[in-house]
Amino acid sequence: MAILIIAEHHHQHLGAETAKVVDAAQQIGGDIHVLVAGSNCQGAATEAAKLANVQKVLVADDTAYQAQLAENIAALVVELGRDYSHILTAATTSGKNFMPRVAAMLDVNQISDIISVESVDTYTRPIYAGNAIATVQTTDPIQVITVRSSAFEAVSQGDEVPIESIALVKDLGLSSFVGEELTKSERPELTAARVVISGGRGMQNAENFKLLEGIADRLNAAIGASRAAVDAGFVPNDMQVGQTGKIVAPDLYIAVGISGAIQHLAGMKDAKVIVAINKDEDAPIFQVADYGLVADLFSVLPELEQKL
Amino acid sequence: MKVLVPIKRVIDYNVKVRVKADQTDVDLANVKMAMNPFCEIAVEEAIRLKEAGHASEVVVVSIGPNTCQEQLRTGLALGADRAIHIISDEMPDALNAAKILQKIVEKEAPQLVILGKQSIDSDNNQTGQMLAALCGYPQGTFASKLVLEGDKAQVTREVDGGLQTLSLSLPAVVTTDLRLNEPRYATLPNIMKAKKKPLEALELGSLGVDIKASGLKQLKVTPPASREAGIKVSSVDELLEKLKNEAKVI
Ligand SMILES: Cc1cc2nc3c(=O)[nH]c(=O)nc-3n(C[C@H](O)[C@H](O)[C@H](O)COP(=O)(O)OP(=O)(O)OC[C@H]3O[C@@H](n4cnc5c(N)ncnc54)[C@H](O)[C@@H]3O)c2cc1C
Repeated sequence: MAILIIAEHHHQHLGAETAKVVDAAQQIGGDIHVLVAGSNCQGAATEAAKLANVQKVLVADDTAYQAQLAENIAALVVELGRDYSHILTAATTSGKNFMPRVAAMLDVNQISDIISVESVDTYTRPIYAGNAIATVQTTDPIQVITVRSSAFEAVSQGDEVPIESIALVKDLGLSSFVGEELTKSERPELTAARVVISGGRGMQNAENFKLLEGIADRLNAAIGASRAAVDAGFVPNDMQVGQTGKIVAPDLYIAVGISGAIQHLAGMKDAKVIVAINKDEDAPIFQVADYGLVADLFSVLPELEQKL
Repeated sequence: MKVLVPIKRVIDYNVKVRVKADQTDVDLANVKMAMNPFCEIAVEEAIRLKEAGHASEVVVVSIGPNTCQEQLRTGLALGADRAIHIISDEMPDALNAAKILQKIVEKEAPQLVILGKQSIDSDNNQTGQMLAALCGYPQGTFASKLVLEGDKAQVTREVDGGLQTLSLSLPAVVTTDLRLNEPRYATLPNIMKAKKKPLEALELGSLGVDIKASGLKQLKVTPPASREAGIKVSSVDELLEKLKNEAKVI
């Protein structure tokens, strides 16, 4: 039995999620190989080769994999994946994009967003915005799985293992890259930060999100948002926390001016400690908050920043 | 050109679902059902393409028991021209759903298939990508903007780092994210008109799909670890004191 992990990476660097997918793989058991499919991605491959419990790294380095186009990545993974019992990747927007394509081409189902490994073929995953947890077993000959990285621990560093070059170039020419607008930030990544402070519709406008920045600086926190704040254009889409946005599980989550809709809770209720700041004492967010402060955020935030 | 929009009947997004006492599944008895919100966005986008003169016909399709005709009628009331109901007492898994939809794609030959990125019941986020794979089409998932230019679709996608724009050769599959548009409401006159629009019901068996027994088995469904409400603090000072000394997180 061998497991193929498709690495999440930024070509020169490995994404933090990959070490957590290795944790899921080691719980399943068996040899673990990591595929880095990218362009000028030796950097990511070298980092992958240092992850504990990985036996081998495969690198497919070609411009066809630069934009992580689902058609090309899936074609490559299908060809390499037939020899494996399990194919795993992180449930990031990239993994969610190409992995179901892999599953369909292999004529198997995909198990999305697993949060635990129960056995070699049985996993748990949240359904209905996390209001229920399903235990699912698969009899598929190749198991295709995406992993919710917030539910696993990153493996440590191990001895550097061999890196093997794969000469397969899959360039289907069905889609092409036009451009991207990436949000630049010096802060920790939302899904990896130890502390997250999020603002909702109560923030009122984009300008007011600055009130969260000073606090985030002092706590080395990432800044998140509710869907309402993103829809209103206060902040970009990549800051949305929730059922259909990013899933976070930091040590501390501070929700400011967020009511606590089930879709928002789905993305943050596994935080160790939750703080809610809301002027409505009946806001549902208080039902999950460890510490609730019923107050106007516009007076609380400056005071909090000053006292930290 | 023709646009095909597969839609799914799911629990209303405002309902907090409960797990059955015997842990076999969630309890959907007497629960309010609706069109999956991401499917509403897909229908809206297709109708806007028609209004802008890009699409000539919008066809909605749903797989499920007779109750899903309700959501097909909603699609017609919103502006779709025609509906197809594929009769199936059981809800297919994502792979089988994609195989069924592939047959409809073969029959209807749309230039564009628009689906929701995920349904809010199973939260799988798979069907659109699987359909694209089976048809050999390119895919533009998690779309927040869709522009048609000749035989290409330019799709701006919501990704973890921000936004990515791709150009897809048509025919193609697009899946919707929340920012693509704000769906309209069906007006009463349009709801009345929708009753007269064509709705074709097809037996699943008539499509010639090779439905496999699902490789997935749901062993049980349990409630998530519950989280108790904590305490209310009365000041910023008290909050900081608790975070430092009790929770020890700062
Ligand atoms: C298909 C679908 C998917 C969705 N996915 C997501 C998702 O991934 N993530 C997500 O977050 N939502 C999601 N939603 C939306 C969700 O249902 C809620 O609409 C949204 O979370 C509400 O955002 P909010 O709490 O910021 O706004 P509101 O519900 O409007 O709450 C604003 C809160 O701010 C408080 N407030 C206002 N002014 C102040 C002040 N001066 N001081 C203190 N408090 C103040 C108010 O008391 C209120 O509680 C989804 C919805 C659908 C249908």
